[in-house]
Amino acid sequence: MKPLRQVFGETLARLGAEIPELVVLDADVSKSTKTSIFAKAYPDRFHDMGISEQDMLATAAGLATTGMIPVASTFAIFGTGRAWEQLRNSVCYPSLNVKLVATHGGITVGQDGGSHQSVEDLATTRVIPNLRVIVPADGRETAQVIEHIVREVNAPCYVRLPRDGTPDVHDENYTFALGKASRLREGQDITLCACGVMVSVAIEAAKALQAEGISAAVLNISSLKPIDEEALIQAARKTGALLTLEEHSVIGGLGGAVCEVVSGVLPVPVVRIGLDDLFGQSGSADELLGHYGLTVTHAIAGAKEAIALKAESNPMRW
Amino acid sequence: MERNALIQKLEDKAPRYRVDILEMLTEAGSGHPGGSLSAIDLISALYHGKLRHRPDEPHWDRRDRFVLSKGHGVPAQYAVMADLGYFPREQLWTLRKLGSALQGHPCKQYLAGIDASTGSLGQGLSMAQGMALASRLDGDRYQVYCMMGDGESQEGQVWEAAMSAAKYKLGALTLILDYNKGQIDGYTRDVMDLEPLGDKWRAFGWHVITIDGHDYAQILDALDESERVVGRPSIIIAHTLKGKGVKFMEENIGSWHGVAPSREEADRAIAEVRRRANLSLEEAVR
Ligand SMILES: Cc1ncc(C[n+]2csc(CCOP(=O)(O)OP(=O)(O)O)c2C)c(N)n1
Repeated sequence: MKPLRQVFGETLARLGAEIPELVVLDADVSKSTKTSIFAKAYPDRFHDMGISEQDMLATAAGLATTGMIPVASTFAIFGTGRAWEQLRNSVCYPSLNVKLVATHGGITVGQDGGSHQSVEDLATTRVIPNLRVIVPADGRETAQVIEHIVREVNAPCYVRLPRDGTPDVHDENYTFALGKASRLREGQDITLCACGVMVSVAIEAAKALQAEGISAAVLNISSLKPIDEEALIQAARKTGALLTLEEHSVIGGLGGAVCEVVSGVLPVPVVRIGLDDLFGQSGSADELLGHYGLTVTHAIAGAKEAIALKAESNPMRW
Repeated sequence: MERNALIQKLEDKAPRYRVDILEMLTEAGSGHPGGSLSAIDLISALYHGKLRHRPDEPHWDRRDRFVLSKGHGVPAQYAVMADLGYFPREQLWTLRKLGSALQGHPCKQYLAGIDASTGSLGQGLSMAQGMALASRLDGDRYQVYCMMGDGESQEGQVWEAAMSAAKYKLGALTLILDYNKGQIDGYTRDVMDLEPLGDKWRAFGWHVITIDGHDYAQILDALDESERVVGRPSIIIAHTLKGKGVKFMEENIGSWHGVAPSREEADRAIAEVRRRANLSLEEAVR
């Protein structure tokens, strides 16, 4: 599995040939974010700002005011953490065409530990007006997302990528559309709503549930904002229970977003899988996913819990 | 301890700490060898020669404080702390593993003896400043030391703290800069040059001392000098070598920032550290 950040770097380099306005910035982690691939191909349009994320984001804002298309990259924790207010005030308030594409999101960062594991970024970016928030699930989708936001979207975007690769969940017919969820599996009893590395976990869980006679639909909600309200309401109506899965705090990210949508229109039980209001720590990616309850086993248990809640909450209706 | 004996002790410990660092990182399978090996002589001299601290009473309220702002260099600090008895030596081999007190970046909640949780670069000097302000309010009861990387000093917050520490005339605050000339994307001078660095800190109102960060006599002199300075903070600009002690790292610092050696590489590195140590021992005897 190619790391999604590798796909990001290669896509940037490809787009660099066709889009002269494309400018890339990094904050001394270009070897890790893979913007180094673009840097090598287009050294004049690459700016390494050193270890200064705030300077980087506001510089990107300045570039965007002139019609350039800046893509700024660093680790998720530093891009959305250290530079949050630059993102909010310099980039999003005037709705400038800046793309923040961050790698090393979530706990699968692994051994570096809690200081480097961003488990709040989906909450802290989702809340900023004008900002689009996208979490690609696999390599194909990553390439499409990067190309889409650079070519088609004239507005601030935040894209969160993990450190590692993920299994393919889309085939060659897939086309990413901002604001649209992709339906990866049909089902009647529950809908598993996932983003990023958790999408393949959701698919595995749905298969296992199938074997137990439970029919679970799977939605990849890569576009967290704008979110596909229609697909969510439809899922709530059809299956009556939702499970959300994200490599993020259960507060304010995908789980929060899904609850915000259904609670106002068609409240159904939503069980949220993610970090239970905790920081991460050092460990291997797999160990951490297990430790914090982000595995297929946990997804199966969560799905059953949601289905039980649905029966409890309104036995007649379903 | 008498000065020459202290220096001899530091010289004796240096190769052992280097071996521990290499073993820890190899066992962990990830981490930052370059910046741990450049910092170890400074950290060792600080703990053995200057800090007033009690390994068996890590929360002693009059202890001098040490903030490792370049948190990724923490294997160097762990090696010294284990040797001093803060925790059993076997714990070194749990570095970066699930549930370990030895987190990949130092975390106060996980390990007694760590004064500040770091890892996000650029914040340590401000935390050290807070401790120094508290020391003053408390009757100047302890000194505060902070160690920072050269790349790290590109963060804007560093210069905010540089201004405020001078405003508050924090004589109890000493910043040690591990000037190893490298960061992730390459040489510091190429990524974002810091020079003229001494002039910058002097202009901000700091007392500046420049030394060779692998020469114990110079390190100890600098620490003594900084302690004598009153009315303003001090910075020790320590020129160091990234990967110091392991030739294939020293010669290729760009490749050894954040990658652990393989077992085979570690064995080669450890053999070299041992060989170099024997050499200097023989020379000392002669
Ligand atoms: C705020 C922040 N941005 C980026 C990083 C990622 N990072 C870890 S180490 C490093 C390079 C540090 O260089 P330097 O301070 O010179 O340390 P040394 O060479 O001594 O290892 C970077 C950019 C980080 N830890 N914190």
